[in-house]
Amino acid sequence: MLDKELRSMIGQVKDGRMDRRAFIQRMAAVGLTAPLANQILALGGVAMAQSPAVYKPTKRGGGGPLKLLWWQGPTLLNPHFATGTKDQDGSRLFYEPLASWDADGNLNPILAAEIPSVANGGLAADAKSVVWKIKPGVKWHDGKPLTADDFVFTWQYASDPATAAVSISTYGQITVEKVSDLSIRILFKTPTPFWANAFVGAYGCVLPKHLFADYKGSKSREAPNNLAPVGTGPYKFVEFKPGDVVRGQLNPDYHMPNRPHFDTIEMKGGGDAVSAARAVIQTGEFDFAWNMQVEDDVLLRLEKGGKGKTVYATGGDIEFIAINFTDPHTEVDGERSSMKTKHPILSDPNVRKALALLVDRESVKKAIYGRAGRTTANYLNGPEKFVSKNTSWEFNIEKASKMLDDAGWKVGSDGIREKDGKKFKLLYQTSTNGPRQKTQAIVKQACQKAGIDVELKSVVASVFFSSDVANPDTYPKFYADIEEFQIPMTQPDPALHMRRYISANVATKENKWQGQNFPRYVNKDYDAAIAAAETETDPVKRAALYIKCNDLLWQDTVFIPVMHRLKVEAAANTLRPALSGWANETDNIQDWYREA
Amino acid sequence: MSQYVLRRLLIAIPSLLAISLVLFVVLALAPGDPFSELATNPNVPPEVQAALRAKFGLDDPIYLRYLHWLNAMLHGDWGFSFVSRMDVDTLILQRLPATLYVIGSAQILALLIAIPVGVYAATKPYSLFDQIANTLAFVGFSLPTFFTGILFILIFSVTLDWLPFVYTTDIKATGIHWVLEMIRQAIMPVAVLGLFQAASMTRFVRSAMLDVIRLDYVTTARAKGLGQATVIVKHVMRNAMIPVVTLIALQMPAVFGGAIVTEQIFRIPGIGSLLITSILSNDTPVVMAVTFVFACLVVLFNLIADVLYGWLDPRISLR
Repeated sequence: MLDKELRSMIGQVKDGRMDRRAFIQRMAAVGLTAPLANQILALGGVAMAQSPAVYKPTKRGGGGPLKLLWWQGPTLLNPHFATGTKDQDGSRLFYEPLASWDADGNLNPILAAEIPSVANGGLAADAKSVVWKIKPGVKWHDGKPLTADDFVFTWQYASDPATAAVSISTYGQITVEKVSDLSIRILFKTPTPFWANAFVGAYGCVLPKHLFADYKGSKSREAPNNLAPVGTGPYKFVEFKPGDVVRGQLNPDYHMPNRPHFDTIEMKGGGDAVSAARAVIQTGEFDFAWNMQVEDDVLLRLEKGGKGKTVYATGGDIEFIAINFTDPHTEVDGERSSMKTKHPILSDPNVRKALALLVDRESVKKAIYGRAGRTTANYLNGPEKFVSKNTSWEFNIEKASKMLDDAGWKVGSDGIREKDGKKFKLLYQTSTNGPRQKTQAIVKQACQKAGIDVELKSVVASVFFSSDVANPDTYPKFYADIEEFQIPMTQPDPALHMRRYISANVATKENKWQGQNFPRYVNKDYDAAIAAAETETDPVKRAALYIKCNDLLWQDTVFIPVMHRLKVEAAANTLRPALSGWANETDNIQDWYREA
Repeated sequence: MSQYVLRRLLIAIPSLLAISLVLFVVLALAPGDPFSELATNPNVPPEVQAALRAKFGLDDPIYLRYLHWLNAMLHGDWGFSFVSRMDVDTLILQRLPATLYVIGSAQILALLIAIPVGVYAATKPYSLFDQIANTLAFVGFSLPTFFTGILFILIFSVTLDWLPFVYTTDIKATGIHWVLEMIRQAIMPVAVLGLFQAASMTRFVRSAMLDVIRLDYVTTARAKGLGQATVIVKHVMRNAMIPVVTLIALQMPAVFGGAIVTEQIFRIPGIGSLLITSILSNDTPVVMAVTFVFACLVVLFNLIADVLYGWLDPRISLR
């Protein structure tokens, strides 16, 4: 039914009887996020809206210096070696992709002449190839023209395992061919409904063939331009000191009119988030600071009469408590949390549901995240067209207690529930981090009231998130009953985000715990829905499948979502940064300007 | 004398080797790897991280990795940083000037305060001046630099708006303006570090002076009719300086090693902040190089201190 309605709506948008915004609103009403709605329109034959970013300056330059403060400074400037977002952000000042994501999850053309769609012949009907047209007349900073060869080379460079590029995940599975000097075709092995991955966003930055051709493969580290980027971006490279500062100056030949606004750009690194917030909001020494992992109270205090304010961007980053479906306390074949075991307490779905009732998300939001969080029942929180409207959450200790009573867990003489002589005790682990440990305390308090004994544990982040096979405290090993952390959503498509939890991905000793399904969740319906979604070219059906996956995770209480987290940045009052929750902070740096 | 120096240098070789071995093993056993940031990025499958580990040799056995490192080090190759994929020596040289400038100035400030105050306090023990100096010294070394640093920022940057609290390596000015700006931005970190070190050093100088000032030869010197200044400077100070020289010599490597906390607070791109970020990101080659250079400096300055003893007190012979 949804399907038919959607089809007629797409028809209306195409004919101009319904405007795009109304369409997206209707889609949102049925639980589809904006970026998906836009991709639906694109596949349905309607061109994607050009991004609506308002850009006021009427001439190039004249904006003075732009001073950015990253409390972890970039350590390298080759986008394909960029391990963390800080490195991607630094590289992005100089290098550019074909398109970036705007605030609503729309594609915003950068080096592309237009966004591919079915109507303009860019998208193949079988979703196995995309043709991108490259904007004519774009020049590298050294004056050489940008052509399709550079894109083909970038693909060869990044997909070569000897290069040791971190973007190999984006480029390894595709083929890129030159169609003409100014167009390329990307070929996928299987139908790929989400085609906007290669050459889009942070890992999409194109490298100049004429400077990197000799440094493909094992010599990649020796390229002099790894430290002195020559790109097509709005700023030309001036200076780089790893971990300290990146400096650039206006590119007079930039390919977009009236851009960039600033004459010079500086990205300073080091220090901590609180003092970075202070340097922007309180003293005004800097114009913009990134990733304000600072408690909302502190930010509010700084903002009183300050020179800057905090700004927010909504993406799909989710902070959650994951539930272990296997037994972390029993060792089988040298492995705890083995698939051969079942969790003695949490394998009962009603117990998991009761546990979800004990997480007071509203208090967590009030006490910890403030403006930087939204409460949610969903694991998948964006883009809008993928967000389920079928779920709900509540905080209710009485109801939880009753469910636990019904499940056979009776309160013992010491106030702790027990069943068949077994105490209801949980080990709750997370990475060492103020907000997370405070959340632990809030959850523990509610659990105590319901007769659950919770032991808290926090692991240093560098251990918790490492892939160290020998260490028992990593999150994929999950040697605890429940664990909390955040998984960021780095692109406005749920494919990778949701694929983690198929049965084939379970983390085990056999795959050295590299399987991404750390809760060890197994559900045939879920596997089938993901498999169907991955080849489904009809965007509406595809969105419905992902919503179904989210709902399965909710019904089975695989996760207790704690907070849908927003990106928090600090900006000077007059600065107008173009931010998106679906992209890195500097992904639309060409559109930044300062209000006079 | 030269024989003594040569012998000491030769003894230093096995101890440096042992130091490097311990450092390497401890770092190799420490959990985490430089690519752990990739683990939470759903776009990057775990195989990519595993492939990178293999490519950079992180999966080899520890003894092999150590031998590789030692061999390269002997050939003057310091390796490259896993995080910035840049040669370690360039990375360190880039950071050295800021550290030398800030930490060096702080040490000089500490000496300029500690020696006169300590000496004067010792000549008049339990006088009002001595009491005040002692109280301030206790306050000084009880307050950690991360506290005074933030306090200074709040007072001089936020409230009064006199000084910047973000250190910039290249100031866009020339001539006298450049010099003034360099001084202006270093005032807070130098004061924080310098005062902290001056505090403990003052106590040290004072007690060393007090030990000597009561000795008979000092009374003899006074009985000869020498003036107070000559007695203190020529007779007392020279002998009292031996423990002080040891202390200063042991602090000299810190001038090169940087001050982790202070550099972090004021965002000074020095060796200390390089070390801490490298440790946090498990960038073994950089941590190894910085700590090893530090070890070499400690050994070297110990030797220099020993040689200086002979000059300060000719009764000490070096054999």
